[in-house]
Amino acid sequence: MGAQIRVYRQKIKSTSSMKKIFKAMELIATSRIGKARARAAASTPYAEAITRAVAAVARENDVEHVLTQRAENPKRAAVLIMTSDRGLAGAYSTNVLKRSESLLARLAANGIEARPYLYGRKAQAFYDFRSREYDKVWTGNTDNPEVEVAREMGTLLVDRFSQDTDEGGVDELYLVYTEFESMVKQEPVVRRLLPLAVTESDEDSPVVPYYEFEPDAEEVLDELLPRYIESRIFSAMLEASASELAARQRAMKSAADNADDLIRKYTLLRNNARQAEITQELSELIAGADALSSS
Amino acid sequence: MAELDVQVVATDHAVWQGKARSVRGRTVEGDMGILPGHTPVLALLGQGELVIEPTEGPTVTAQVNGGFFSVDSDQVTIVADDADLS
Repeated sequence: MGAQIRVYRQKIKSTSSMKKIFKAMELIATSRIGKARARAAASTPYAEAITRAVAAVARENDVEHVLTQRAENPKRAAVLIMTSDRGLAGAYSTNVLKRSESLLARLAANGIEARPYLYGRKAQAFYDFRSREYDKVWTGNTDNPEVEVAREMGTLLVDRFSQDTDEGGVDELYLVYTEFESMVKQEPVVRRLLPLAVTESDEDSPVVPYYEFEPDAEEVLDELLPRYIESRIFSAMLEASASELAARQRAMKSAADNADDLIRKYTLLRNNARQAEITQELSELIAGADALSSS
Repeated sequence: MAELDVQVVATDHAVWQGKARSVRGRTVEGDMGILPGHTPVLALLGQGELVIEPTEGPTVTAQVNGGFFSVDSDQVTIVADDADLS
């Protein structure tokens, strides 16, 4: 007697305290998305300026650079996978990892050895749990990425690419991250960063300026290309962080809604149980009284 | 009078933007001054000071540590790794 009511009360209590957590997480994510998007927007002038400059150099010169050279038959590829540090973001990290798995499978089918580089604790946990090897992992600030990390990644990966394949270098560099399309749509994507494909899209620039280079074209390119990679990596990180927060906000919103539903359901059941108890007590009393009066 | 359209950007934010009479910066090979009508140039920046003289207001100076700048039909874009306005 009364046991059922107690169970339902407990369930209601724990669900509403969980709901509080979901609500708080949702609010935090919502307030951070704005900032993350603003940061992504603030980094675009840099990315644009660099892209324009690289395109300008590429237009005038037959670009002969280590970073643009395509290997005859690539043997090894570096794959940089960007997930989140923390969970409670729905399928955000899982989607990226799934996307990366299909890329790895494709590379393996082509006889290319993949070297994973991980970003985010979720990716690390995924690889550790399966005791799979990875070359390097960066963790700590996936929801608020820092330029320094992007620089470190850029330098390391460009170095690996510049190395000979026989000495452990890589022939290709892929980036798997989540593209932020809108608040409700984020898509995990694969981008090939290296070798660079400098595409000419000059149909909209009627006057092609002929740049002078200081000190000379080659050195400018030497300096520009690693920076270009860095900026691509950094903007991917910023987009991934905005996506992470948007995914978290959505996941927490639906979790809070589900908690609401559960609370409503348990409240009904609790009331039913209470009513059943009262009814039973009443009928027992009446039955008792009847027995007494008829004896 | 012609003027320069200047944009200074660092990796994660825009530092300064506006119209200017002249821009002076240190490239890896020495100081370089840009006036309106300059021929298109792409140059690497060294470590040093960047001086912008806006059409209005006081001179803007920034400490720049590496980067590059491009000049293209009076559009000056300065891309710096670390730029601090001082």
